Amino acid sequence: MKIQEKTKEALAALFPDPPASEPEPDDAEEGEKKPEPRGNGIIEQDYHTRGFHLDAQIEPDQLIEAVRILFDLGYYLEAITGVDWIKDEQLEVVYDFSRYDFDLCRTVIRTRVDRSAPHLPTITPIYTGASWHERETHDFFGIVFDGHPYLVPLLLPEDADFHPLLKDFEA
Amino acid sequence: MTEPITLQQDETFVLNVGPQHPATHGVLRVKMTMDGEYIYNAETVLGYIHRMHEKMAENRTYPQYMPNMGRLDYLSAMSFNHGYALVVERACNIEVPERAEYIRVITVELNRIASHLVWLGAYVLDLGGFTPLMYCFDDREQILDLLEAVTGSRLTYCYFRFGGLYNDIDDDFITGTRAFIKRMRKELKMYAKLVTGNIILMKRLKGHGPVDQNMCQRYGATGPVARGSGINYDVRRNEPYSVYPEFDFEVPVYGEGDSYARYLVRMEEMEQSLRIIEQALDKLPDGPVNPKKKPKLIKPPPGDYYAAVETARGNFGIRMVSDGGKNAYRLKLRSPTYSNMHLFDEACRGMLIADALAFMGSLDLVIPEMDR
Amino acid sequence: MSLTLFNVILAVFIAICFVGANAAYLVWCERKGAGLFQRRPGPMENGPWGLLQPPVDGVKLMTKQLLIPGGVDKAIFMVAPVLAMFPALISFVTIPFSDNIVAHPIDVGVLMIFAFAALGGMSLLVAGWGSRNKYSMISSVRAVSQTVAYEIPLMITTITIVMISGSLNLSDIVQTQLGGFWSWNIWPLQKQVGFNLLMPVSFLILFVCSVAETNRAPFDLGEAESELVAGFHTEYSSMGFGLFFMGEYANIVIGACLTVILFLGGWACPVGDLGFFPFTHHVGWFLLKIYLIIFVFIWIRWTFPRTTIYGLLNLSWKYLIPISLFNLLLTAGLLKVF
Repeated sequence: MKIQEKTKEALAALFPDPPASEPEPDDAEEGEKKPEPRGNGIIEQDYHTRGFHLDAQIEPDQLIEAVRILFDLGYYLEAITGVDWIKDEQLEVVYDFSRYDFDLCRTVIRTRVDRSAPHLPTITPIYTGASWHERETHDFFGIVFDGHPYLVPLLLPEDADFHPLLKDFEA
Repeated sequence: MTEPITLQQDETFVLNVGPQHPATHGVLRVKMTMDGEYIYNAETVLGYIHRMHEKMAENRTYPQYMPNMGRLDYLSAMSFNHGYALVVERACNIEVPERAEYIRVITVELNRIASHLVWLGAYVLDLGGFTPLMYCFDDREQILDLLEAVTGSRLTYCYFRFGGLYNDIDDDFITGTRAFIKRMRKELKMYAKLVTGNIILMKRLKGHGPVDQNMCQRYGATGPVARGSGINYDVRRNEPYSVYPEFDFEVPVYGEGDSYARYLVRMEEMEQSLRIIEQALDKLPDGPVNPKKKPKLIKPPPGDYYAAVETARGNFGIRMVSDGGKNAYRLKLRSPTYSNMHLFDEACRGMLIADALAFMGSLDLVIPEMDR
Repeated sequence: MSLTLFNVILAVFIAICFVGANAAYLVWCERKGAGLFQRRPGPMENGPWGLLQPPVDGVKLMTKQLLIPGGVDKAIFMVAPVLAMFPALISFVTIPFSDNIVAHPIDVGVLMIFAFAALGGMSLLVAGWGSRNKYSMISSVRAVSQTVAYEIPLMITTITIVMISGSLNLSDIVQTQLGGFWSWNIWPLQKQVGFNLLMPVSFLILFVCSVAETNRAPFDLGEAESELVAGFHTEYSSMGFGLFFMGEYANIVIGACLTVILFLGGWACPVGDLGFFPFTHHVGWFLLKIYLIIFVFIWIRWTFPRTTIYGLLNLSWKYLIPISLFNLLLTAGLLKVF
């Protein structure tokens, strides 16, 4: 897997101090509930059980840099989504990337923001198509993408002031 | 006819195409700022048929959520079934019997042809030709009858089960499908004569609605839109799932990036789907269609799972986050037309409204899938 | 004089009946024709082969509410459907259905038809303008530029024929084409057209122009339903819409009549004058010819996709007008020579 190595190498540059090498075991953690948020770093996942190859967790301010690396390597953006980890008081934003060529490498960039003030930089200058995905994530989770040119509700009504995918959302 | 024009912003008016408009095939709204018949700017407004499927996933058990898959993309519901089945099978490590895999491929490909037929008819209708719609629906009817006999529904299928299928196919289905393949080959030749070679159609499509590879990458366009721009990307090939590696088929790719290229891609895909179905019928193994051992309660171990399939419109992905419970903790549906439609806003600038609507049709929109 | 007036009134009355019935049953033909081309039976429910469908549709249209949306320019809005219907009716006055059935053989019959056809184009503009609807507005602007673009080659081609027959009277034009189908104006190798090899081409030009002039597919840009919803008649309901509809079919008949009279010998029998039953004979041939032409109209409509406005205008200004002008000069020269 050439591109996988290359991507990993390029993304590893984001983590100057050797990554807290806790290769989160995939199946061995059945016993306990969700473990505490894992540290930043890049993990190679087993494609056959997970469905993706590289899984990088980064700081919000590294986002632009990481996405730029992937854009230059020829990835396209599949989707942006959020996950509400209400127990950790955090919101996770997940960026899925994939490739057009036969060098299969699905890459996931994830970053966590504080649940009370969720702010992230926008990646629309790099991936224009992120615009709708970010607007959707804003609709559903209330995450504010700073610098987004047009952050108004997309799927929800124009006057929507609720965020239905938050776990404490009451219909 | 694409001589450069200078549009003047101070002499524009806003034209609301939709939410009820014949060309949007659903409740899509495009707010077009027009200078005469030229589009200065377009803003797509979504959400008129938003049903929050992703929240439903958090409130239903995994098997209960399967019927939702038929309600997203009503034209290629089978592929969406497949995607969801794949991700849950991956998460729970469920083995699928080989016969079930083959039947899955047959039904998905039949569904893909049906979807492309609706597109073809509706697209030529967009361009003002009414007759092909009737022919396409006549052919599609054959597929719907076949699928109805095995799945029990005609449009919003819920045929797949985790690890297998709702029921097995019978001999009638096999003979019917073979007869359909024979018929469809003849019909495709007729479409080539009636529609593809039509001079008016060519003039309207060739060179209009340009989408280049950079644009595809920036917007994440997949499916026939990407393949019409010279990107050889088909999830069935690039990321083989199910038993697709067993079959000999080609992925049609055209480099022009115009509406006509996308048109040709879809026309050829129908032929390739016929080839896949034919091979699958020849190779169809005997055996059960449901696994012998399968967990009584679907409870994937905690973690993230991802699966992607190629629907008639492109790459459909599901990201499932499980916390080990009976319901998904989070389920994200990555629908292909959502990304494909996004590039319309940029690409249609400076186009005539007639060309822009022809371009919109070539993106093959299914609104419930975009709005989810 | 009063006899002439009586004649004209009678003719208009008959024309109204003819046009009304004709429009109704042309719709039936259209739908049956569509069924024929689309592997389906077409209307079947009302009466045998759906023959009662047109009156049922008529009753439905007439009993519907005539909605006048707020904000429209009411006077203009109401006048437009009348403007669409009335010129087509008047044009029937001068159409010769046979050698003796013609309401009033005006000496400038061709001119009159064109004058009223232009008025018909006016109705589209007025309808779109009065509706205060953006789609209607775009549509009416399209329709007018289309009418202008296609009236020019239509007229030039007609002038060619007028030169050949030396008369603007439609009856006289038919008279010059008597004596079998080989003496119709469409055939190039005869003395009366000066052995002009371009005659079939100018027939095609006339035919294309009459399709475009009547706003029929593939040139139905005025009401391009997948782009402009219903174009200029988006806001019309009930008989307002009904009149536009009837006007369209009346215009189709006028277009077909003109094509037949100018190029296909009008009421002349294709195999020379057989002589017996001259009355039914001539009218029969005339109707047969125009309905053949109308069938081709329907055939085209259900086969081709729509062009675009620039494609349409380019076709007219870049091809049809130059060719028809060239043909005009050529015919003039050839007529001088032979």
